[in-house]
Amino acid sequence: MTIADWLPVVGQGILETLYMTLVSTLFAYVLGLPLGLWLVVTAPDSIRPNAAVQHIVGGIVNALRSAPFLILLMALIPLTRLIVGTSIGSPAMIPPLVIAAFPFVARMVESSAKEVDRGVIEAATSMGASPLQVVCKVILPEAKPSLIIGAAIATTTILGYTAMAGVCGAGGLGAIAINYGYYRGQTGVMWAMMVLLVIIVQVFQEIGNWLARKCDRRIR
Amino acid sequence: MIDSIIKIQSLSKVFGTGENAVTALENIDLDIGAGEIFGIIGLSGAGKSTLVRCINLLERPTSGSVLVDGADMTTLSERDLRKARQSIGMIFQGFNLLMQRTALDNICFPLELSGVGRKEARERARALLKLVGLEDREKAYPAQLSGGQKQRIAIARALSTNPKVLLCDEATSALDPTTTLAILDLLKELNQKLGVTVVVITHEMRVVEQICGRVAIIADSHIVESGNVSDVFRHPRTEAARQLITPRGATSSGTSTEAGKLYRITFDGTTTDQPIVANMVLACGEPVNIVYADTKIIQGRTHGHMILQLPKNPVTAGRMLAFLDGQNVTYAEEVAEK
Repeated sequence: MTIADWLPVVGQGILETLYMTLVSTLFAYVLGLPLGLWLVVTAPDSIRPNAAVQHIVGGIVNALRSAPFLILLMALIPLTRLIVGTSIGSPAMIPPLVIAAFPFVARMVESSAKEVDRGVIEAATSMGASPLQVVCKVILPEAKPSLIIGAAIATTTILGYTAMAGVCGAGGLGAIAINYGYYRGQTGVMWAMMVLLVIIVQVFQEIGNWLARKCDRRIR
Repeated sequence: MIDSIIKIQSLSKVFGTGENAVTALENIDLDIGAGEIFGIIGLSGAGKSTLVRCINLLERPTSGSVLVDGADMTTLSERDLRKARQSIGMIFQGFNLLMQRTALDNICFPLELSGVGRKEARERARALLKLVGLEDREKAYPAQLSGGQKQRIAIARALSTNPKVLLCDEATSALDPTTTLAILDLLKELNQKLGVTVVVITHEMRVVEQICGRVAIIADSHIVESGNVSDVFRHPRTEAARQLITPRGATSSGTSTEAGKLYRITFDGTTTDQPIVANMVLACGEPVNIVYADTKIIQGRTHGHMILQLPKNPVTAGRMLAFLDGQNVTYAEEVAEK
């Protein structure tokens, strides 16, 4: 195959990788962001301490995080079939990716939110802020730079998962590396895909860092 | 007495339970009048910060009641408590400004919480910025402001909802002496202009002296003395009060002009070795600060000089000077070094 033959293959690989990564990250945040905030407000000494929530939700999050992604991917095939209608192809990777990533996202959000100065939260409470107002008007805006960095890390981690999913019928750069590089012994292709993945990770990380720096008003 | 706006009755606060229980406050009774500046002073760990947090229920008292403007804070529903908190402003040692908001938006914050429209909130915030003397910094973020400026913004923020009470938790403890004075002046001015009751929590005597009318001394979870600042300071009845008023190892604050004036006294050998300074203090009933002393007694005659800081009260200071006149001691006012 010439370079010209490779271009559409690689082009589609990049698109599939980005599709799986971004859509999964989005859904992982839809679940993980509220969950992470819930963990923060129910922590001891926080605005709504709740030991039961801490143990149960924290336990589920930890359990899901300790499941290896490839095993989870295979174990979830029935669920994937139910949601997507098939267990192969890039769209079929979204449910397992989301389920693998949202507990991780919840912990990232939790750790960013915990960085917010307790004094500021106390001040808001002293002004009569409700817990919801504390979350929406204090914790989220004050933790924004840290949340953005966290999102960049989450995105790049999910990108790594999508490459792994290539073993199980996903598309994308990981699948190209596995199918051409590993099964057909085209080592050069494997390395080329790896370099591409590294570049994409770098780009996401840099965008995250740049956005975080740009919106952070503490550094002047 | 004037109507009380804060009335604390047999309040106790215990942290933890069982063997780990720590009593932070025990059987506190306190009456704070509307429109006054009331000081609560105590050493670290005495319980003063817990006490002020019990006023707006940031800490829930274990027992007792807290009446603010007639409403018992401890019995309010959560919704009513939030409402009540909007009429109690609070400022902190660490300022606690929202770092990702401009000065103006920080002041708008409590108004936003209570549902005031953005335009109206900004107008009010601008008026407050002017009141605290920072109208040119509305677009600045806290990270760009000095400590004193941050506290001014915090004060404006605390006052944005027109509260009846302003709680100040060690509000000047993180500031240098000059800035502290400026912030205290501002609090005094706002108290007079707006009629807001100010409760000042501090471990510093000079803060209380500077602005408070009445003071309560808190030590080991109890209020050990309270009353008019001048009475409590002049005649401390308890060891805790004495410790606060004349701390051990206190060094001279001789160059600060808010304290009494400095006088250089010269002993030129015409006086005998009588303890003149001690006699003067005994006769006038107030201590002086010996800022500097270098005297020698030669053949029963005193030579050398001494720098004394006389009490702030001009009447007492005048009596002391008259006493010195009577002893044939020469003296001259010493101009404080800047």
